[in-house]
Amino acid sequence: MPFGLLKYGLSKEYPARRQFPASSEMKDRYDVVIIGGGGHGLAAAYYLAKVHGITDVAVLEKGWLASGNTARNTAIVRSNYLTPEGVHFYDESVKLFEDLSNEFDFNILYSKRGHLTLAHTDAALRTARWRAEVNKHLGVRSRLIYPDEIAEICPQLNMSRDVRLPILGALYHEPGAIARHDGVAWGYARGAFERGVHIHQQTEVTGIETDNGKVSAVQTNRGRIKCGQVIQAVAGMSSEVARLAGFKLPIRSIPLQACVSEPVKRFLDPIVVSGSLHVYVSQSSRGELVMGGSVDPYTLYQARSTLDFKEGLMGHLLELFPFLSQMKVLRQWGGVADMTPDFAPVMGETPVKNYWIDAGWGTWGFKATPVCGKRMAETVASGKVPELLQPFALDRFDRFEQLGEKGAASVGH
Amino acid sequence: MNEHRLPEPYGLHLDRTRPLSCTFEGVRVQGYAGDTLMSALLSTGQHLVSRSFKYHRPRGPITMAGLDANTYVQNGTEPNALADRILLAEGLVANAQNVSGSLKGDRDRWIQHVSKFLPVGFYYKAFYKPKGIWGFWEKIIRAKAGLGKVDQSTPHSYHDKAYLFADVTVIGGGPAGLSAALEAAEAGCEVVLVDDQPLLGGSLNSGRDSETGGGDKRVTEGERLRKALAEQPKVTILTDARCTGWFSDNWLSIVCGRRLYKLRAGQVVLATGALEQPMVFRNNDLPGIMTGTAVQRCLRLWAVKPGRRAIVATCNAQGYAAALDLADAGTEVAAIVDLNPEPYDCPERRAAQARGLRILPGHTVWEARADGSKNRLGSATLRGLNAAGEADGAEERIECDVLAVSIGFTPLAQLLCHAGGRLIYNEALAGLKVDHVPEGAFVAGAVNGAYDLDTVLAEGRHAGWAAAQAAGFKDRKSPGKPQKTAERVNHPWPIFPHPEGKDFVDIDEDQTVADIHNAIADGFEHLELMKRYTTVGMGPSQGRTSALNAVRITARANGGSPAGYTVTTQRPPFVPESFGHLAGRAFDPERLTAMHERHLELGAQMMPAGLWWRPGYYGPERERAEAIRAEAEAVRRNVGLIDVSTLGGIDVRGPDAREFMQRLYTFNYLKQPVGKSRYLLLCEETGTISDDGVGCCFADDHFYVTATTGGADGVYRSMLRWNAEWNLDVDIANVTAAYAGVNIAGPNSRKVLETLESDLDFSAEGFPYLAVREGTLEGIPVRAMRVGFVGELGFELHCPAGQGEALWDLLMKAGAAQGIRPFGVEAQRLLRLEKGHIIIGQDTDGLTTPDEASMAWAVGRKKPFFLGQRAILVREREGTDRKLTGFTLPMRAPLPEECNLVIRDGEIAGRVTSASQAVGVEAIIGLAYVHPKDAEPGTTFKIKLSNGSMVEATAAAIPFYDPENKRQEL
Repeated sequence: MPFGLLKYGLSKEYPARRQFPASSEMKDRYDVVIIGGGGHGLAAAYYLAKVHGITDVAVLEKGWLASGNTARNTAIVRSNYLTPEGVHFYDESVKLFEDLSNEFDFNILYSKRGHLTLAHTDAALRTARWRAEVNKHLGVRSRLIYPDEIAEICPQLNMSRDVRLPILGALYHEPGAIARHDGVAWGYARGAFERGVHIHQQTEVTGIETDNGKVSAVQTNRGRIKCGQVIQAVAGMSSEVARLAGFKLPIRSIPLQACVSEPVKRFLDPIVVSGSLHVYVSQSSRGELVMGGSVDPYTLYQARSTLDFKEGLMGHLLELFPFLSQMKVLRQWGGVADMTPDFAPVMGETPVKNYWIDAGWGTWGFKATPVCGKRMAETVASGKVPELLQPFALDRFDRFEQLGEKGAASVGH
Repeated sequence: MNEHRLPEPYGLHLDRTRPLSCTFEGVRVQGYAGDTLMSALLSTGQHLVSRSFKYHRPRGPITMAGLDANTYVQNGTEPNALADRILLAEGLVANAQNVSGSLKGDRDRWIQHVSKFLPVGFYYKAFYKPKGIWGFWEKIIRAKAGLGKVDQSTPHSYHDKAYLFADVTVIGGGPAGLSAALEAAEAGCEVVLVDDQPLLGGSLNSGRDSETGGGDKRVTEGERLRKALAEQPKVTILTDARCTGWFSDNWLSIVCGRRLYKLRAGQVVLATGALEQPMVFRNNDLPGIMTGTAVQRCLRLWAVKPGRRAIVATCNAQGYAAALDLADAGTEVAAIVDLNPEPYDCPERRAAQARGLRILPGHTVWEARADGSKNRLGSATLRGLNAAGEADGAEERIECDVLAVSIGFTPLAQLLCHAGGRLIYNEALAGLKVDHVPEGAFVAGAVNGAYDLDTVLAEGRHAGWAAAQAAGFKDRKSPGKPQKTAERVNHPWPIFPHPEGKDFVDIDEDQTVADIHNAIADGFEHLELMKRYTTVGMGPSQGRTSALNAVRITARANGGSPAGYTVTTQRPPFVPESFGHLAGRAFDPERLTAMHERHLELGAQMMPAGLWWRPGYYGPERERAEAIRAEAEAVRRNVGLIDVSTLGGIDVRGPDAREFMQRLYTFNYLKQPVGKSRYLLLCEETGTISDDGVGCCFADDHFYVTATTGGADGVYRSMLRWNAEWNLDVDIANVTAAYAGVNIAGPNSRKVLETLESDLDFSAEGFPYLAVREGTLEGIPVRAMRVGFVGELGFELHCPAGQGEALWDLLMKAGAAQGIRPFGVEAQRLLRLEKGHIIIGQDTDGLTTPDEASMAWAVGRKKPFFLGQRAILVREREGTDRKLTGFTLPMRAPLPEECNLVIRDGEIAGRVTSASQAVGVEAIIGLAYVHPKDAEPGTTFKIKLSNGSMVEATAAAIPFYDPENKRQEL
């Protein structure tokens, strides 16, 4: 029995510790307004308060806290990206993640599992080697492995060559991990609110006012709030909110679905991804398989569930794990992914002064939560975009300066 | 017959002529055909069937409808199988799951005694100090988590799929569903009726007839409706089938046996009924405690007597009916506890009174206690209720082994919620009510809040009629809308928190009233947040038995009324569906060329290329390197034949064909002569190379365009998309599958062709380099192109796919004298590398511009427009930090692998995209992205090999082989 639980067993009254504030009065002005109470927005609020001492901050969430893509993602953390910019960025995120439980005093169940990206074709093998080589060069533990070693790391996989797409190799990324996604947002929320940040749930932004090209206020369903600066962190609705601020984003919003199985006893440790088969799967600490595939083939703002998603996913999953045909799907859901042309996010300045954007997270936003929050906070506090974020500037698209993350992002999550 | 098994007519589902036996937990269990594993166990007096998720508490069935997770067992290799849905079969072997040791003596049952140390969300609150310790605790927690076991030797079981269509689909075969189906059928609709029981009838089969007249109305109505439906030719009935999802546009998934039906319905009538809800009190999870309807199902469907001595806790007629049924079956009813201050007035209550059953109004069950075995209900402590509904009155303990709870229902409207419907807490009904019904959907019966049989039947008829109307069958007269609809059967607060806890709200997840209160104290006030923190509603029954009470408790703890609360979002599937059902036969489409069999006969090692299979090389795997080399040498020195059928083929025809080509591709096509081919390079709007190929101009208004194997479908889609914008007068047809193709290449290729009967002149003058012709070859119509991809004299011949094999045979036979050799993709890759031809996707990536790929020559500079032009110009102006260059290494140097990095001053400057030992020249040759300064031939740069060591390469001009291109122009 760990020490931390003793007080619960021994105290007469449950020793509650509020994770979120009870609904609080909304002031008519804040130094910083963060639109979006998901992981990213809450993390930015947390680091603003903790690192920069900026606590006159309001986080506005239109639904309940972390109810958007934070609640819907499949919680994979990794840094095996393809571009040096991406690797540096996500590597910082992984390092922050590793410390979060202790920093929050709240267990986010960060579980290092190892991450296998299977290659079934020559082309996939090439990309895997490319990522491995870039990662190794930058000090990130990834390597290309072949069937013998794959079978050792994940003996459950069907390594038969007598299938439609035999496994030829894999990118193995040892630091690959999963975490309790909600817990990450809750931890940030508590850290922010205990330092004085206001968190307003059921508060929807309906308009954004500017003055001389500078953001001056946001309008909400609960009234108008004047503000010095704004961070927009509303994955799934980024283009719509940016439109309120008067600028366009090069983003297409596409549904992404996932599902979980019923809980079973532990049998799978690594996170397994197959781009060619459009499958990824991991087993949560509760025993459920958490599974998904690639984005839906159309743009849509509605996160609806479909039957063909499950049919396709299971067809492919059973190729990798033929013994799972009697496992059952417990629940499926969808989210909306904001896809940019180069499959890399957008962070930093916008055409509106003091209005900072955090968008374009496609299918991989969760794993960036800590680093993005931390660096966005730094951006707001200093008024300057840190070097780490500069490659992700919005205006790169005007200059056709793209980041080539397609190879590492699709299905990778 | 044992003391738990009742005589006929009890046991509608049973065939007593067929006794069966199975094994549960190593013990033989006797039953009959028609029994479920659970009913067979009950017939031996055993309720205990599982242990709970967190505390390993003993559990028995609650609903007997396959809707609670208490009946989860390991059924052979199948984990988490519902014992109240597993049909008894001879030889069936099932076991309890999530137990340490045996079900009866689970060693992990101690965990419940330290529950105070495992508060709500306990895993968030500890196990992380000191840093890094979680890995240790996680192993322990993971070992305890999960229910059933996956058997990794389970074979991939057979499942299939079928499509169904219906004007009207009715989900649920109870009184409402049967009436709806009959009404819709009589209106002329094609109807599919889906029911999850083996025998249609629902509560007609398991319910008790009203005490006031009508006699055996349920039985006669059931028989009448079943018979009438069986006579309807346009009705399809699926029994033992569970509808699991209701997707957009009335697309339903139905699991039935080993089949998944996918049903497209015009209109859907939901008549799924309602599920009786548990009551919350201490130890409300002991085996023997079940809902009143579950008791009735036990009696009427399976002829099992759930116990010897019963208490019934109720607030409605349903509870009194269950009490009467128990008494009829010979179970002693020790007390009927009525939560209402005045006993609920209904004919059933009066009948109970008349029989002398003891009725305790204004009372509740305060606590249940286990018997000596610790695994079964032994007694219940009752308490009087005060005016506020709190249990603070006098206590009485009564021995009993079964406790039937009938304190209210929740509509089984999960499917409706998938389709956009909504459930909202209605204060007048003290329960959840269907609040919004989407278009194309109808609800009838208990799911709509109706419980009185006549009302239910009338609602069903009306819904069936309305659905038929909506489906366009308008001739029938309305059967009339029932006046009375929803009636109150729920108690508003059947929740009696106990100071010592174990008052479970979510039985799947072992979450109690205090757990919800504590979660709210921790700040999780919103129902959705509370759910995520406590996991209430996240277990296998997905809130079916917990959502209602969770809403009430949360609302009250938040200081408000539950009115207006919705339940947490209902997501598909309604009940868990197996991966096997979803996967079906799980076949992957694959495409085979016309010559596929020939390649196999020749010993080819096939490799996937998109959906296609292509020969990699010919010969055994152990001779791979030699085979590739020999094939390449055959092309260089003699003649080789490769199947190129997988290349995309697209016909662009029409007056604007030239203009279309001009806009789409980077090169110039306006003046391309008829009878000539020209290289094609396709870019995205971002200026990134996306595909290449050859454009053959067969006529002013006809281009035959090739595309890469993997890119063909994308190119075709992109053509359609752009022409939708440009609106040019062209027809675009993807003829990839219509043509088979070969490339015959090598210095002797012409000789081979010239031995064949043809109207084509293959001579150097008659068929110059880059010419294209249409003609016949031994009667086979061909599109012939003189190309030079591999850098030798060569002809590509495309013919109708049906004649592909004949063309292959013809050329192999004609070439036999020359020693023609088939060659595969691997040799082709090597040969093209020697010529410095890039492969899109290998030598380019998601960002490569023509300039970076050293393909600027293929970009028309004077064109007013082409796809990607603006971006290409901007990106050229901004400059690039990489360039694709050829490079060489000495023949004996280590061979770099594709994607080894090019390092410059410690930084990544680029990567190797292709590398191979050449056959045409004596060196290792390759292509690599390098810093533009290092691209100049003769410059050296460093390649980091996979093992981390560095090797120095020298930039070289391409082509490596035959730089003057003399050989391909022979």
